[in-house]
Amino acid sequence: MKSILDVQNLSVSFAVYGGEVQAVRDVSFDVKEGEAVAIVGESGSGKSVTAQTIMRLIQTPPGKIKKGKVFLDGQDLMSLSEKEMQKVRGNKIGMIFQDPMTSLNPTMTVGKQIMEGLIQHQSLSGAKANERVLELLTLVGIPNPETRINQYPHQFSGGMRQRVMIAIALACTPALLIADEPTTALDVTIQAQILTLMKDLQEKTKTSIILITHDLGIVADICDRVIVMYAGQIVETGTKHEIFSNPQHPYTKGLLKSLPRLDQAKDEPLIPIFGTPPDLIKPPQGCGFCSRCDSAMRICETEIPEQTKISDTQSVRCWLQHPYAKEQGSDAGKEASA
Amino acid sequence: MSKPFIEVRGLSKFFDIGNNKILKAVNNLSFSIQKGETLGLVGESGCGKSTAGRTLIRLYEPTAGNVLVDGTDITKLSKSKLKAQRSKMQMVFQDPYASLNPRMTILDIIGEALDIHGLAGSKSERKRRVEELLELVGLNAEHASRYPHEFSGGQRQRIGITRALAVNPQFIVCDEPISALDVSIQAQIINLLIELQKKMDLTYLFVAHDLSMVKYMSDRVAVMYLGKIVEMARSEDLYANPQHPYTKALLSAIPVPDPEVEAGKERIVLKGDLPSPVNPPSGCPFRTRCPAATEKCKSDVPEFREVRPGHFASCHYA
Amino acid sequence: MQSESKSGAIRPDMFTPVNRDSKQSEKIERPRLTAWQDIRLRLLSNKLAMTGLWIMVVVVLFAIFAPIFSSYDHFTNDLSNTNQAPSKEHWFGTDDLGRDLFARTWKGAQVSLFVGIVAGLIDLFFGIIYGGIMGYYGGKVDEFMNRFAEILYAIPYLLVVILLLVVMEPSLTTIIVAMSITGWINMAWIVRGQMMQLKNQEYALASKALGAGSMRIIFRHLIPNAMGPILVTLTLTVPSAIFTEAFLSFLGLGVQSPVASWGTMINDGVKSMTIYPWRLLFPAFFLSLTMFAFNVFGDGLRDAFDPKLKT
Repeated sequence: MKSILDVQNLSVSFAVYGGEVQAVRDVSFDVKEGEAVAIVGESGSGKSVTAQTIMRLIQTPPGKIKKGKVFLDGQDLMSLSEKEMQKVRGNKIGMIFQDPMTSLNPTMTVGKQIMEGLIQHQSLSGAKANERVLELLTLVGIPNPETRINQYPHQFSGGMRQRVMIAIALACTPALLIADEPTTALDVTIQAQILTLMKDLQEKTKTSIILITHDLGIVADICDRVIVMYAGQIVETGTKHEIFSNPQHPYTKGLLKSLPRLDQAKDEPLIPIFGTPPDLIKPPQGCGFCSRCDSAMRICETEIPEQTKISDTQSVRCWLQHPYAKEQGSDAGKEASA
Repeated sequence: MSKPFIEVRGLSKFFDIGNNKILKAVNNLSFSIQKGETLGLVGESGCGKSTAGRTLIRLYEPTAGNVLVDGTDITKLSKSKLKAQRSKMQMVFQDPYASLNPRMTILDIIGEALDIHGLAGSKSERKRRVEELLELVGLNAEHASRYPHEFSGGQRQRIGITRALAVNPQFIVCDEPISALDVSIQAQIINLLIELQKKMDLTYLFVAHDLSMVKYMSDRVAVMYLGKIVEMARSEDLYANPQHPYTKALLSAIPVPDPEVEAGKERIVLKGDLPSPVNPPSGCPFRTRCPAATEKCKSDVPEFREVRPGHFASCHYA
Repeated sequence: MQSESKSGAIRPDMFTPVNRDSKQSEKIERPRLTAWQDIRLRLLSNKLAMTGLWIMVVVVLFAIFAPIFSSYDHFTNDLSNTNQAPSKEHWFGTDDLGRDLFARTWKGAQVSLFVGIVAGLIDLFFGIIYGGIMGYYGGKVDEFMNRFAEILYAIPYLLVVILLLVVMEPSLTTIIVAMSITGWINMAWIVRGQMMQLKNQEYALASKALGAGSMRIIFRHLIPNAMGPILVTLTLTVPSAIFTEAFLSFLGLGVQSPVASWGTMINDGVKSMTIYPWRLLFPAFFLSLTMFAFNVFGDGLRDAFDPKLKT
């Protein structure tokens, strides 16, 4: 399948007092046509920065794109001028933000806000745009679109606003939709509504999706492929089934083990990942996860692990995959579990 | 059954929000918690669970009702008597970024607890005690002189827990203590809370919206909707056999981190949004979103009754 | 991607497990930086604000030391040397009674700065207490105290001054009293707004849960966190008090001769502006300079406390 988005060796950093936070460190991945890719990781892992960099929404300064290329349909977004980029945003890439309360303009009717993109990018006439807005509102499941189109954001609930955000993002039928924690600010029952809607829409529109989330439950629900980020790097990628049933990186494993399952017995303890993520003002010399890893080896402290292919779709950055580690594997494993 | 450690009877907290409108955030809550037990309180935002936790320890003055802590009705206490009782009941807050005063060092944040209750005689004793407490939660003496913004979320939450522990409480209200934390850190905090509970025989009210964590943490769970408890049972029982349609929907709405389960799951998607607690629906508060609502639900308020031994629900059809 | 290691060959012995102490990952990597240090850094990097600060320092130093080291004082008349232009002897010239304007300008600076700082401190003191209580307690207390403040605020300011002059002699004290009667209200409102915002912060609730009394919460937790807006208001109150003093003195309601203030000097200077312009020029210049310095410093301080305001 053709890739719609190709990110190559992206590095982004932010200037702060006392140094530079290396938020994204040499990240490469691609998104295929019609595919839903999840980027998971904790706060500060670089997942949101990666998405914002793709959209070129990073404030510079303090932000700085140190290196890397991002190809959307063969076009390098990093080389575009701000003006050219405006033609990409909202047109070829749609974006949904975390907080539906602040991402809509309170002084404009919902209909106008959806129409804005249509008029700017597709130069539709007023009547045509109006028609398309009604169509979109129906698509995202907003009842009575004829009345709703003339209402203001404050007349919408959180879940409904997020639906409006989705309608705005989808207005110009973008090739790629980036959803940055789209349900984090919503309640579970509302989240269920939005997730169901996103799944439906993906089937209908075949848009590629990048979903940024920290909730592995959501990943299991709607994604095809998963990218796990830690300390600004991609530590593991694979299909959803590979990541959940055969995780290779100690961080991925740890993440899955630290979550309680609904069928977990009370006396079965949770296995937390000890420690705190590294401060990327001084990224670890070796593997980013090293200081919290149960199976860390001497090499992990000094060398960044190379990417190892596990299957056609799964790959991991971990020294445990190295043949030398496997030789020592038996005794290393024993000590780690002790 | 022995005498409960915490007993809440008809607790209500109404807010006057002007224009003659009353927000019934917490409406006639009754439950009890045994010594050493954890009661989970779950519900969506705006259901009143945090207000309930805060009113319970009189951070907000209750509109009506009584709260008995170890036999003492704290709603009747004068200010000075309440202060003495405060060391018995503490709170761990939701937002570790907002719950520590940014202008104070960790030593002073935790030391304040000691100062208020006169638990440290001298400066050096105060320092030693704070350092001991920090060790207890896996931090160390070096951290005492730092300011909150220098710590990560998980570390801050541990500092928040330390502050609560400083006065040797017996009962702690945990107000969504992990919802602002990263997944890999949540388990650390949960394990710490469980470990402390065992070590110090603590009683918890665990307020949260994350049902899987609540189930794991709690002995019993109460589900709140629009200011009222709609279901309460032992946690295994509640999750295996939910009686109230809201609980059923809530349980099915949580995405489970397992693609096999997710693929096979039939999700109950509730229609519509949470009604405003200023103007709750007549009859059963849940009827506007309930897939099985009838005329009776519109007219009659369902009674909160024991549908099975130890399992309470307020639904006409449970 | 990353294929070859930077530091040479990978050897099997590098694959031995390490034992680690979980404490290690709790280490804080960043340099120690308190909130105050952060603010200071931002302030130091603001050139305009620093210029303002330096002007303030220089003006204050001159106000203190110039009258001491000057060979003239501000009140001795020298009728043989009236209305002299600036010269080697009289740097700023002399006035119609032959008094040295250099000495008088800096004596005036003393008076003006004294009025500004004292009025600022009085505002600070009453504003914090009144606003703190009003904002923290809210409800009925707030409503009552707020009405009172509003009523006071509604009385025309000049009326207060004139009424005051009925019972008091025109003097420095009178001016300060007049300014303080209504001056603290702005500060109180600023503090009140801050209190209302901050009192629901979880750290305030945590302190309440520990059993802390209202005064402890207000003065230990809330006021220190409201210090930013309070200091900014203070640095903007001082120049407005200086200006008010000058204005009242200009109208003849302020300090009386032979004591000088920038206001009285400007008043004198205006009368002979066309013939002896230096008599107006020097006090007016230093008044403007000081006001400018306080204002830019206040602006810089505000930006330092709340960097988000600046785009």
